[in-house]
Amino acid sequence: MARTVLQQADIARALTRISHEILESNRGAADLVILGIPTRGSVLAERIGAIVAGIEPGAVPAEMVGSLDITMYRDDLARHPTRTPSPTQVPRQGIDGKTVVLVDDVLFSGRTIRAALDALNDLGRPRAVRLAVLVDRGHRELPIRADFVGKNLPTSREERINVRLESIDGTEEVSIEEAPGA
Amino acid sequence: MSDTSIRPGGTRSLLKGAMLPDGTVTDILIENGRIVSTAPGAGTGASGTVVIDAAGLVALPGLVDLHTHLREPGFEQSETVLTGTRAAAAGGFTSVFAMANTLPVSDTAGVVEQVQALGARAGYATVRPIGAVTVGLAGERLSEIGAMAQSRAAVRVFSDDGKCVHDSLLMRRALEYVKTFDGVIAQHAQDPRLTENAQMNEGALSSELGLKGWPAVAEESIIARDVLLAEHVGARLHVCHLSTAGSVDVIRWAKARGIAVTAEATPHHLLLTEDLVRSYDARFKVNPPLRRDEDVQALREGLADGTIDIVATDHAPHPRESKESEWDAASFGMVGLESALPVVQTALVDSGLLGWDDVARVLSNTPARIGRLPGHSHSFEDGSPANLTLVDPAARSTFTLDRLHGKSTNTPYEGMTLSGSVRWTFHHGFATLRDGELADPSEAATFASGELAAGPSGQGIAG
Amino acid sequence: MRHLLSTKDLTRDEAIQILDIAEDMADVQNREVRKLPTLRGKTVVNLFFEDSTRTRISFEAAAKRLSADVINFSAKGSSVSKGESLKDTAQTLAAMGADGVVIRHSASGAPQVLAQSDWIDARIVNAGDGTHEHPTQALLDAFTMRRRLFPGASRGRDLDGVSVVIVGDILHSRVARSNLWLLRTLGATVTFVAPATLVPLGTASWPVDVSYDLDATLALTQPDVVMMLRIQSERMNAAYFPTAREYARQWGLDDERLGRLRPDSIVMHPGPMNRGLEISAGAADSAQSTVLEQVANGVSIRMAVLYLLLSGEREAQA
Repeated sequence: MARTVLQQADIARALTRISHEILESNRGAADLVILGIPTRGSVLAERIGAIVAGIEPGAVPAEMVGSLDITMYRDDLARHPTRTPSPTQVPRQGIDGKTVVLVDDVLFSGRTIRAALDALNDLGRPRAVRLAVLVDRGHRELPIRADFVGKNLPTSREERINVRLESIDGTEEVSIEEAPGA
Repeated sequence: MSDTSIRPGGTRSLLKGAMLPDGTVTDILIENGRIVSTAPGAGTGASGTVVIDAAGLVALPGLVDLHTHLREPGFEQSETVLTGTRAAAAGGFTSVFAMANTLPVSDTAGVVEQVQALGARAGYATVRPIGAVTVGLAGERLSEIGAMAQSRAAVRVFSDDGKCVHDSLLMRRALEYVKTFDGVIAQHAQDPRLTENAQMNEGALSSELGLKGWPAVAEESIIARDVLLAEHVGARLHVCHLSTAGSVDVIRWAKARGIAVTAEATPHHLLLTEDLVRSYDARFKVNPPLRRDEDVQALREGLADGTIDIVATDHAPHPRESKESEWDAASFGMVGLESALPVVQTALVDSGLLGWDDVARVLSNTPARIGRLPGHSHSFEDGSPANLTLVDPAARSTFTLDRLHGKSTNTPYEGMTLSGSVRWTFHHGFATLRDGELADPSEAATFASGELAAGPSGQGIAG
Repeated sequence: MRHLLSTKDLTRDEAIQILDIAEDMADVQNREVRKLPTLRGKTVVNLFFEDSTRTRISFEAAAKRLSADVINFSAKGSSVSKGESLKDTAQTLAAMGADGVVIRHSASGAPQVLAQSDWIDARIVNAGDGTHEHPTQALLDAFTMRRRLFPGASRGRDLDGVSVVIVGDILHSRVARSNLWLLRTLGATVTFVAPATLVPLGTASWPVDVSYDLDATLALTQPDVVMMLRIQSERMNAAYFPTAREYARQWGLDDERLGRLRPDSIVMHPGPMNRGLEISAGAADSAQSTVLEQVANGVSIRMAVLYLLLSGEREAQA
């Protein structure tokens, strides 16, 4: 059985708060690059970029937002069927000397973020890298933590977190699902 | 010699309830290497008679293969006369004609006598060597055809099989010369220039697979030349393994003109098509190559209407390593003795194109006549030599490697469903195959030594 | 996809997936660090029974940019008989733990024989077999066409409606065959142009137009793509055509024929070129020529193929 923990309005509020926090910690939108991790992280990055542009005069989403595919950097490739990678799109100015905010939907083991850091490393040399996630569910396997968190959700390992976003899933919510048989 | 002398294995056998090729169901009584009666009820009650329940089985005269590669001498890793004739017995054959491409080549009286003697000693089938047309199969000068014809092997069939007698003048001389000895040239019709490095039937499929094409015309043009040569010099000609519709047309035309030509088709060309080559599985690599479905249909029709006279196996054993490779490097050829009758039944009898009397004709009577093998095949007249085979036509099963009894396993039929199963084979009254089980080699050899002691008439070779 | 043996059995979706992944790989070629860690710990063997430095180094670059270990195995001139050497070599590579084998062989079907055998369970990539297929060449050609014809909008696209003329030794060309099947799957139309001696028998049943007249074909089809095939000198000795001069005059892409092409059409050649025979220097070096792009794209395509075959789940050992 799935239990809804964030509804559409909760998600919108969380993204708005994260956007403000990013601007605050970066002291504005200058030299800011927001890179989403496909698939849902990219959508969240676009939405954060739009909010930031609405707050900060002169900030243009196209010059700030991109996506970072990490398929080729995963350490678990051999344990899953082959994945088709998604394109990596970095704003025209690149990431050298910028503050890069990685955006993902759920932070769990930390392995995805490790792969993202490796991928970023091959793209250039940012001044700083921050991490924004909609949900932090715990159970980290690596020394990684998020700088901006929509909601901390204590879970058991057996549970599943489902993030649904309007533009991909046609509905918008975060729910927790008991693993079958658990 | 005496017809009534008791020979090992020559006891009375009664085959009860067998169906003769003409459809009559009757009992067959065998005594001292002869069929003594085919009257119902004959021989029942006599003591010492081995009674075999042949109900539901078809009795055929012992099958005669005009085209077998026994590989001995020279290629004993592929086959020997002993293993090859065991395979023959398992397939219902009582006589095989052994092709000349041995090492040394069977182009002298010495080699053909050796091959013939090996067969006679093994006891599973009558082995008739085929002599090479040219020395060393080199296609340059005639081998000692007369010496081979007059040797103890009494060779009547001459062939450079595997290679075509390509030189037109040499072919003319060969056709003429063998007339002297009532012989026949069995031609492997393949224009060498048109088939250099050829790998499979030439057409859309060879183009797609990137395998060098083997055009039908390479076979048909040689057959056309040869039938005209045979007509011109008034000689007999036998054409090996027809594979194309065009070849059937040429033979049909030649026979209509009254040319003394006979033709054979192999079981594999009557069942399999080039589509199998898509797998690049070298088990399907054979010379001549598997052709299109149209060709298979034309061969079947040719056999049904008598244009093609016989079915011969072209049993060509090869060791495993020569088939476990990329296509180009693999050897040509398939083993075929054990599968021949099931393939003929599947391709031709089940479809109604041939009756069992036709099967007796194309797999026994006619090949024996072409090869000048008297006193071997028959039509179940009283007194006929007891060369016969019993087939269960109702059996239908997946062909497996354990049905092979030669040294090599390069069959294309593994995994295919075929009709018919050879149950019993009698060679001069000796049961070489007993309800599917081959006789022990020492028993066969013991029987054969008795036969040899009894004189040459048992082997039925006419001078 | 377990092996890449031919383009004939690729579906449209599979082909587009490879082309799209190659786009990502091409992006990597433009970065500061041109290397991905994806195949770290995997071993790719380049098993070349036939010399082809170009194809081998292209596969080698692709595997190395994906961080695979690469072993080059040149089996040419081995003393064992050809048949034994394929099986023995395969078993040797299996014992060495090869995850992928890139095989070039003069015998058509050799990669398929390897893939079907129980000699080795590695993934097999056909890098050209006899006169059968050369699937990665066709994929890189399609990739090059897609990028040139739909600049900036190539992802996800097929080649619907694109007309391609392939000129030259079709009979002996695995490139022509692989291109035909792939281009048809992607929706392009294909015309073969060659002297009748160099057209394979039975092409009437193939999805291709065949012409002997290059000028008439260029005038009639106004093609988007003209692909010239290499003429090998041994063909002349085998009397497929009388002289190189006659061939060049009838079927070569010279400057004059180049001038008659649509300015937005592209000229392709799989290389290596015989300048002055099948293609003039002017045509080879023109802005319409994609010859060098084809080389660069070859690495991207081969990275995509190696990624697709080697990155996924290791299958349970049978």
